[in-house]
Amino acid sequence: MRALGFVLRRAGGGVHDPAPSRWHYRWQRLMLTPMFRVALRVGLPMVLVAGAGALWLGQEANRSLVLRQWADLRAAIEARPEFTVTGMQVTGASPALVAATETALELTFPVSSWELDLAALRAKVADLSAVRDVRMAIQPDGTLGISIDERRPVALWRHGESLRLVDEDGAMTGLIESRIDRADLPLIAGDGAREHIDEALALFAAARPISDRVRGLVRMGERRWDMVLDRELRILLPEAAPVTALERVLAWQAAEGVLDRDVVAVDMREAQRPTIRVSQTAMTLMTNARSAQGAGG
Amino acid sequence: MRHLYESQRAMRNMRRAAMQRGVVAILDVGTSKIACLVLRFDGPEQFRSSEGVGRMAGQSSFRVIGAATTRSRGVRFGEVDAMPETERAIRTAVQSAQNMARVRVDHVIACLSGARPRSYGLDGQVELHGGVVGEPDLGRVLAACEIPDIGHDREVLHAQPVNFSLDHRSGLADPRGQVGGRLAADLHLLSVDAPPLEALLYCIKRCDLEVAGLASSAYVSGMASLVEDEQELGAACIDMGGGSTGISVFMRRHMIYADSVRMGGDHVTGDIAMGLRVPMTVAERIKTMKGGVQATGIDDRERIELGGDSGDWDKDRRTVTRAELIGIMRPRVEEILEEVRARLDAAGFDQMPSQSVVLTGGGSQIPGIDGLAARILGQQVRLGRPLRVQGLPQATTGPAFSAAVGLSLFAASPQDECWDFEIPLERTAARSLRRAAKWFRDNW
Repeated sequence: MRALGFVLRRAGGGVHDPAPSRWHYRWQRLMLTPMFRVALRVGLPMVLVAGAGALWLGQEANRSLVLRQWADLRAAIEARPEFTVTGMQVTGASPALVAATETALELTFPVSSWELDLAALRAKVADLSAVRDVRMAIQPDGTLGISIDERRPVALWRHGESLRLVDEDGAMTGLIESRIDRADLPLIAGDGAREHIDEALALFAAARPISDRVRGLVRMGERRWDMVLDRELRILLPEAAPVTALERVLAWQAAEGVLDRDVVAVDMREAQRPTIRVSQTAMTLMTNARSAQGAGG
Repeated sequence: MRHLYESQRAMRNMRRAAMQRGVVAILDVGTSKIACLVLRFDGPEQFRSSEGVGRMAGQSSFRVIGAATTRSRGVRFGEVDAMPETERAIRTAVQSAQNMARVRVDHVIACLSGARPRSYGLDGQVELHGGVVGEPDLGRVLAACEIPDIGHDREVLHAQPVNFSLDHRSGLADPRGQVGGRLAADLHLLSVDAPPLEALLYCIKRCDLEVAGLASSAYVSGMASLVEDEQELGAACIDMGGGSTGISVFMRRHMIYADSVRMGGDHVTGDIAMGLRVPMTVAERIKTMKGGVQATGIDDRERIELGGDSGDWDKDRRTVTRAELIGIMRPRVEEILEEVRARLDAAGFDQMPSQSVVLTGGGSQIPGIDGLAARILGQQVRLGRPLRVQGLPQATTGPAFSAAVGLSLFAASPQDECWDFEIPLERTAARSLRRAAKWFRDNW
C-alpha cells in the first residue's frame, strides 16, 4: 500500500515540472528586455503617480482645496511687509495734477506690490492730458514713486465757448472757466492756432512793448495771424515772416504812435504796401475837415 | 534548391544581424540533454599574434556569458518526438541560460543530431570567360554542380565547397585571382529528413526565438574536438550521444562525410534497465557511476546496490557485480562501434591517408571505451574533448558538450557554404527551362 500510494502521489502531479510555463517564459524574456526594464523602473512609477494625482484631483473638493491652499500661500507671501506699498509719492506735478493722478490710479493703500501692474498704472497716468511723460517705481521705503514730467501751459486757446490751456507742443493740458483764472497766459484763437503755437509765442514775445494792449492772436483761414489789440484794433500779419511785420508796426508805433490813433486795422499782409484802415468816425471827421479846409481855401 | 538557397541565405543574414547585436544563443537539442549557451560577441579578436596566440578557430571573438543544461524530454534518436515536451525543455534551458547571462536572446543557432543525415559528393565545372577566376565564377561553378535526387521530404543542411581545381591543378582552397581555363569544384552536400528538421524549427519558434543558423551536430562536434592537424590530415570524429552517434570525417579542414548511427547511450541504459530490471533513472545512475566496457578481476568482487522502493525487500536489496554490468554494456557499445566501423568502411575511410579517430560526446566517457574502440576502429583512437572557449563553466567543458562548443565556433566563424556565394540568376533560369524540357520529354 505504501508503494502504491507513493506511485499515485508521483503520478498525481506531485512531481514538479521544472519547465517554465509559456507565459512565465515570456514574462522572463520581457523582464530581460532593456527598454521594458527602463519603462518599468521609470515609466511605471511616473504613470502611477500621475494617475493617482489625476484621480485625486478629479474630485471637485480636492481641486478647490488645492486652489485655496495655493491662494492662501500666495496671500501670505504677498502680505509680507517687504512687499507692502504704503503710499505714493508724486513728484514734478502741480497740486491739481497730483489730485488728478490719485483719482486716476484709484489705489487704496496699503497694497501688495504683487498686485500692482506698473505698466497699466503708468498707462493710466500717461493718459492724463497734462502729463507728457511719467516714470513709476516702487521705492525701497515701500512707496510708489511717480515722477511726472508735466506739461506747462504757455497759452490759452479759445475754442468755441471754452478756454483751454495749451502747452508749447500744442497739446491741451486742461480747461479753465474764465480768462481771469490765468491772466498771465496769452490768448490765441481760431482754427489751426494750436499747431503754430511757437509762432504765436514768438509774436507775443515780439509784442512785448505793447503787451498791455495785446488781447490775443487770431489764426485767420488757418494760414496767418491777426493780432488783436484793445479797442478792436487788429494787426493783420502776413503768412511769411509775421514777426518782422509786427516789428515794423512796432517801429511805426514808436516813431509815429500809429496804434494810438483812431485806427481799426493795420494791414501788413503786403509788405510793400502796408495799409491802415481808420475808423468810420475818424473817416467822417477827416472828410469834414477836408471839406472845411476846401471851403475855407 | 532555389527555395533552400533563399532560406539558408536568410538564415545567414539573420546570423549576421545577431552578431551585430552581439548576443546569440547556441542550442544543442540532444536526446539526453539540452544545452544552451549564450554567447556575447565583443567585436574583433582580442588576442594579437604578438601574444603567441594564433588566429584560432574564431573562439577568441566571443565569450560565453550564460550556460544551462537540462534533461532532454520528448527527443528520441536526436529527433523531436513529443513537441510540447521538447518545447518545455528548450524553454527551461533557454530561460536559465538567459537568466545567467542577464540578457535576452532572440537569435538561436541550433544543431541537429538525428534526422538520418546523408552525404553526397558533387562536382561541377565551368569554362572561365576572362581567364582569371573571380567571385562570380565561384558562384557559377557551384551552381553548375548537379544536385542529385536527395529524395522526397529531405532538405539540404550543408553544402560546402571542399575543393577547387583549375585546369589540372587540384586541391586549391581559394582559386580566386588565379588564371586558368576551366574551373571545377567539389561540393559536399549533407541532406537530412525534413520532418524532424521542421519539428525542431517549430519547437524553437514556439519559444519566441529566431533561428539564425542550423548545423549538423556531427559536423560541429568535429569542429570542436578535432585538433588542427587532425582536421588538416584527415580524421573521423565519433560523437557518441544519447540517442544517436554522429560520424563526421574531416580532411583538409573540410567535412567530407557525415553520417549518424541511430544508437547511443540511451540504448545502453535501456539494456541495463532491462537486464537488471531497474528503472531507467537507476540504470542511468549505475551506468554513469559504475559503468565500463573492460572487465577485470576486481570487477567480480565489486558489488553494486541496485536499490529501489518496490516494497519487496528481496527485490530492493539486490546487488549485481560490476562485471555483470560491464557484461550488459559491452555488447551494446561494441554494436554501436561496429556500426560506426561499417559506416566508415562504406564511406571509404580506410582509404584515407590518416585514419585517426576521435571519440567524443557523452558516451565516450565510459571507462575503457578507448581500448574497445581501438580494437574496432583501428589503433589511432583518442578521446577528444572540446576546445576551450572563454567563459564556459567548468561543468560544461566535458566531451558531452563538444557539439555545443562546436556550434559556438560555427557561429563565430562559419565555413563557406554554397549559399554564401551569389548564384547567378540566369543559371537557375536555364536550369528550370531544362527541367521543363525534361518534363516534356518524359510526359509526351
